[in-house]
Amino acid sequence: MTDVKSFFETPAPPKYSGILSWLITTDHKRIGILYLFSILGWFALAIIIGLLIRLELMFIGETIFSPEQYNALFTLHGVIMIFLFIIPAIPAIFGNFILPIQVGADDVFFPKINLLSWYLYMLGGLLAIISLFGDGPPDTGWTFYVPFSVSTNTNVSLTIAAAFILGFSSMLTAINFITTIHRLKASQMKWMRIPLFTWSLYATGWVQLLATPIIAITLLLVMFERWFNIGLFDPDRGGDPILYQHLFWMYSHPAVYIMILPGMGIISEIIPTFARKSIFGYKAIVFSSLMIAVAGSLVWAHHMYTSGMSDTAVFVFSLLTFIVAIPSAIKVFSWISTLYKGSIQMSPPLFYALCFIYLFSVGGLTGLVLGAAGPDIHVHDTAFVVAHFHFTMFGGTGFAFFAGLHYWWPKLFGRMYNFKTAYLSGVLITVGFMFHYVPMFIIGLQGMPRRYHDYLPQFEQGNYLAGYGAVIMVIGMFMMLINLLIGIKKGAVTDSNPWGGVTLEWQVPSPPPLHNFVSEPKIMDYPYDFSRFFKKNK
Amino acid sequence: MNQKQQAHGISYGTLLSVLTTLLALTAITVYASQIDMGALNIWVALLIASTKASLVLMFFMHLRYESGLLKYTFTITVFTLAIIIGLTFWDVAFR
Amino acid sequence: MQSSSDHEGSKLGMWLFLYTEIMLFGGLFVLYAVYYHKFTDDFIAGGQQLDTFFGTLNTVILLISSFAVAAAITAIQNNSKKIAIILLGSSLLCGFLFLINKYIEWSHKFEVGIYPNSEKLLESDPGLNIFFGLYYVITGLHGVHIIIGMALLVWSLVRVKSNHITDQNYVLLENAGLYWHLVDLIWIFIFPLFYLIL
Repeated sequence: MTDVKSFFETPAPPKYSGILSWLITTDHKRIGILYLFSILGWFALAIIIGLLIRLELMFIGETIFSPEQYNALFTLHGVIMIFLFIIPAIPAIFGNFILPIQVGADDVFFPKINLLSWYLYMLGGLLAIISLFGDGPPDTGWTFYVPFSVSTNTNVSLTIAAAFILGFSSMLTAINFITTIHRLKASQMKWMRIPLFTWSLYATGWVQLLATPIIAITLLLVMFERWFNIGLFDPDRGGDPILYQHLFWMYSHPAVYIMILPGMGIISEIIPTFARKSIFGYKAIVFSSLMIAVAGSLVWAHHMYTSGMSDTAVFVFSLLTFIVAIPSAIKVFSWISTLYKGSIQMSPPLFYALCFIYLFSVGGLTGLVLGAAGPDIHVHDTAFVVAHFHFTMFGGTGFAFFAGLHYWWPKLFGRMYNFKTAYLSGVLITVGFMFHYVPMFIIGLQGMPRRYHDYLPQFEQGNYLAGYGAVIMVIGMFMMLINLLIGIKKGAVTDSNPWGGVTLEWQVPSPPPLHNFVSEPKIMDYPYDFSRFFKKNK
Repeated sequence: MNQKQQAHGISYGTLLSVLTTLLALTAITVYASQIDMGALNIWVALLIASTKASLVLMFFMHLRYESGLLKYTFTITVFTLAIIIGLTFWDVAFR
Repeated sequence: MQSSSDHEGSKLGMWLFLYTEIMLFGGLFVLYAVYYHKFTDDFIAGGQQLDTFFGTLNTVILLISSFAVAAAITAIQNNSKKIAIILLGSSLLCGFLFLINKYIEWSHKFEVGIYPNSEKLLESDPGLNIFFGLYYVITGLHGVHIIIGMALLVWSLVRVKSNHITDQNYVLLENAGLYWHLVDLIWIFIFPLFYLIL
């Protein structure tokens, strides 16, 4: 297997070399790597901005930033983390790299459109940077709520244009994945043989496809309002500002499932691999992915209980919100059941995956507090909400992303990272995480509002503690990233299957050759059948 | 594959008769809008528009001859939109 | 493993894209539905100010052009390149006519002082402002889609002329046609919702 040239050495199209061979490549693996480094760059930037916000909040009064600067910072943190990191991270990096291999294909169905969506991603990022200059960075928060987003004099139009373009990029990726799964999966790859990571991306793809256009039109309308003053959301002229919130959350609530579903897919790959045991409830997990995609699209208005919506709607959406908890719980139970009586082998990916299960469960359960209309009135727009969605988005998607990085890193680069540093950074991140967000739950319940530059004395202790947590967490994350990057150059060379995984990506060399498969892939009747692995070990 | 593509070929005659029907429906909907039926007017107009849309989908866009996948996914898309509009009315109709 | 020159797959990709277009306009139809519910009388008053004649004319024009594109595909399948070129040309002509009509309509409205943020609209009922606001946004966005659709048709026309689109490989023409039909489909709903609520 070692004499096969990896995709790093065989550019596609073949006539170009050097930097051009990357910039105009149509190879899904190279595009995945392009995404990896651009997304990690944005991630690092947004981490630092988040840390600065926390440092500002450590002490009462103005610490390092003026209130205006603070508003710009939390807007940027939100916009970058959501549109440039969480939404694209797992689908664009691992989806691009792993999905075609998992279904036994050479590449995605539309390789050129795949490259185009990377360029759109970069263009969106560029616009987001440009919007910092000129009239000043946007200060609306990532939600761009009217009327403030229409009336503020900062560069909101540019930021919105950036989000619009990034939405387009994510839509094109979704079209590519759905078409690839339908048309390019190997002939023996029946639907119930598809690995769960690919299944989760399929469900995500549909949500991206049907929800993203609504944010596109909503953002366009905000731009039109700023340019032409139509008044569609202006109550003086007959408009209804609450409708803006409806349209916004029609996308942005499904978007949280766009963020978490691929993460759940990664966990569903890692748990069986390191438990050496077939996943519990394969069909239930597939079904729950689809259920989450459907039910998650119908609960958007639970962000609006206090915005003046009708009481009937509050009741209906609260009820629907509770339904979404069911498929998420099915997944958590299935992962735990997979571990039960498994032959567990501890490794960095599994460590991050276990942290995911714990943190995501806390995030999910506090979500029920918010989904219930009564308690939500009390904690709406407090630090409790911020802690909740960081537990799901960061403790959930973020940790799944870290787990995925550690799981597929040897496949991407053919080299292993240092295990000890990986464990240590994992511990630092998790401990810092708890110190950071648990106090926020408490001060949130006590009434500390979110997005405030200053606060009352009784919240000082919690904010002070959260600042320390943030520092520990950020140190852990940079340690983890540096450890991985060092692994590319200096890590031990690995073979095609360092973990003993059974999905198709472990049948190809690491890193894979240009056309992915050296020989025809062997597709099993069931994607998580470890019996072959056990026979080999005896 | 080739045979399947051949099957897509719709004769000019069929297409022309679809066009005639569409034009006739346009005339009907314009006529219907002149009659005052109160709240019913918009529903009649939407019904005729949906009929026209189905004809365009079935024949001009060949959906009638396509695989189940396209038929189902198209229906899902339209249903999603309908449900979203419907759920919004839990708010606006009861405010 | 199938090759990526797979006709069915390219068409699936196009349909998926059309779904996003449906949802894009869908967002606007959500607004329309809510505001119609809220300002039914004003919407009827607004509809009466729009010219039914132009609306009907544009509907007929788009239906004919849609037919021409569908027939062009049949022509390509029958290997009659000349007929296909004539049909595509006439559907492009229809697209131009549509845009000219739209221009006449809009400029007339501007003359009588009905445009976003105009004094006349600000003084009238808020419902009327919303009606014309939606009218400009929806027909404007639809107009942009007409222009994109025409660009796709021109591209297909060139490819037919240069014999790149043949009876063996006409997926580009088919996808351009699908886009054009979708634009027509959206107009089919815009027409009664704006011109025919009397």
